[in-house]
Amino acid sequence: MALHNDLTWGEGVTRVPYWLYNDDNVAKREQAAIFEGPVWNFLCLEAEVPNPGDYATTFVGEAPVIVARDLDGAIRAFENRCAHRGALLCFKSHGNTKQISCIYHNWTYDLKGNLTGVTFQKGIKGKGGMPPEFDRGEHALRRLQVGNIGGILFGTFSDKAPPLEEYLGPEIVGRIKRVMRRPVKVLGYFDQALPNNWKIYMENVKDPYHASLLHTFFTTFRINRLSQPGGIIIDGKHTGHHVSYSMIERGAQAASEYDKTELRARKENYRLADPSVLDGVDEFGDGITLQILSVFPNFILQQIQNALAVRKVLPQGLEKSNLVWTHFGFVDDDAKMTETRIKQSNLVGPAGFISMEDGVVGGFVQRTVPGAGGRMEVVEMGGHGMASQDTRATEAPLRGYWKMYRELMAI
Amino acid sequence: MDVTAQIEVEALLSRYVHCIDDNRLEEWPDFFTEDCRYEITSAENHERNLPIGIMVATSRGMLKDRISALREANIYEPQRYRHSVSSVWITGESGGVITAQANFQVIRVMHTGAMDLFCTGKYLDRIVGSGAERRYAEKRVILDNKRIDTLLAIPL
Repeated sequence: MALHNDLTWGEGVTRVPYWLYNDDNVAKREQAAIFEGPVWNFLCLEAEVPNPGDYATTFVGEAPVIVARDLDGAIRAFENRCAHRGALLCFKSHGNTKQISCIYHNWTYDLKGNLTGVTFQKGIKGKGGMPPEFDRGEHALRRLQVGNIGGILFGTFSDKAPPLEEYLGPEIVGRIKRVMRRPVKVLGYFDQALPNNWKIYMENVKDPYHASLLHTFFTTFRINRLSQPGGIIIDGKHTGHHVSYSMIERGAQAASEYDKTELRARKENYRLADPSVLDGVDEFGDGITLQILSVFPNFILQQIQNALAVRKVLPQGLEKSNLVWTHFGFVDDDAKMTETRIKQSNLVGPAGFISMEDGVVGGFVQRTVPGAGGRMEVVEMGGHGMASQDTRATEAPLRGYWKMYRELMAI
Repeated sequence: MDVTAQIEVEALLSRYVHCIDDNRLEEWPDFFTEDCRYEITSAENHERNLPIGIMVATSRGMLKDRISALREANIYEPQRYRHSVSSVWITGESGGVITAQANFQVIRVMHTGAMDLFCTGKYLDRIVGSGAERRYAEKRVILDNKRIDTLLAIPL
């Protein structure tokens, strides 16, 4: 189905139209059909709301959301919008409270999202007030179901979403639990303003093909090359999730396509003055040095050596987005391990040796969109399918993503 | 107030920001001691004692690597900074170590002509040495903004 008379997609997912990145109708439908549709959205880490009364604020697409641990210890999530006149209820990123009260007219809610108090409900001195039939029970905050995998909290507005583990599929669950095996602690936050539509960043995350080509630091120091053992995993049912991973290449470097071609990425004589930035340990005991995992629509779990982080990319209108980074380690990390994670954090983020280009390249795509008309991206690396495979010279995760996107958007 | 120290700390900071703004980045590591610590983080992380920020270096070698990566490996659009530094305040001095802080604003100008207030915050510095040989043993760049636009390639 076309959203515009003159903008159509055609069949399949090896072509992706650029108008997806600057069309207001697309964005409106995404909010309803994707973010508030039958998907599970990343909310925050459980470690961010450890105690009763703790809350964190976030967004599901563009909908503001509060995640709270209620006074009974259960984790709740509900819309951060007063049921009365729509004011934002909590405006800090984190806090602790026994109840939530709106600053506008002091309507109050408990941490389960129930409306518990309406100021002057019975009026003042018998005058004014709400009509007698006004029922506070009908004006609770819009709730999300909350699910928890290994301390990562997800939420859904939809009662049509499958159970969280079923939504993720066993392989994705396994790969999340591979990292989230012990209680975590947050090590730092920052945001990165991206000059592009949120989906352009998700394409970037799901694109194992670009990693060694755009990020030349990676290649130069042989942290990650496509010839290293590794591959991608795509859930067969919910194709919008993926894992890309690679392992240390043991033994002599085999002659590779990299060595045969003059790629910009090759700089043989480049050496670090202080390579301790790359010092790490095989903390998961399986030799996997890089695992990038995404959950549809906009969540990423990152393990790059010992730099662990969760990220979510939030739409900010059509042509901008906000990439929210939360670095973490484990509660039982010793000081040396924490310092290792701190040093390796140089690899990622807006100043990351192997990630700063992701901010640029999304903007490069976005800048060509207004003039692109009905033209389309070519997404054929690795063929037409979207199956798991033991190569990263593929765009299969993008095709899987767009397949799920098209199904949900009915587009 | 130790006027000489004040003047020297201000002079060091002036040379430091001009070095960056003039794109003489190969000279930038020389403002630091061999075993320095340099970091860029947000006020939010700083105030909550969260140790991971935007960038960190634990040696002058890592600072040199930052610059060689900028020159050789990383891809970013041509851009320049203009630092404005003010309110340089020596907060302590003992055993030849000066602690100081100063405010800064950085305007980033892109090759396209786009110009924005990129970062604002304070430097928390620990300075060793004397006279013209003063160096940063520690420089913590605390950003008021926790959001970085697109990327942070050139140091602050």
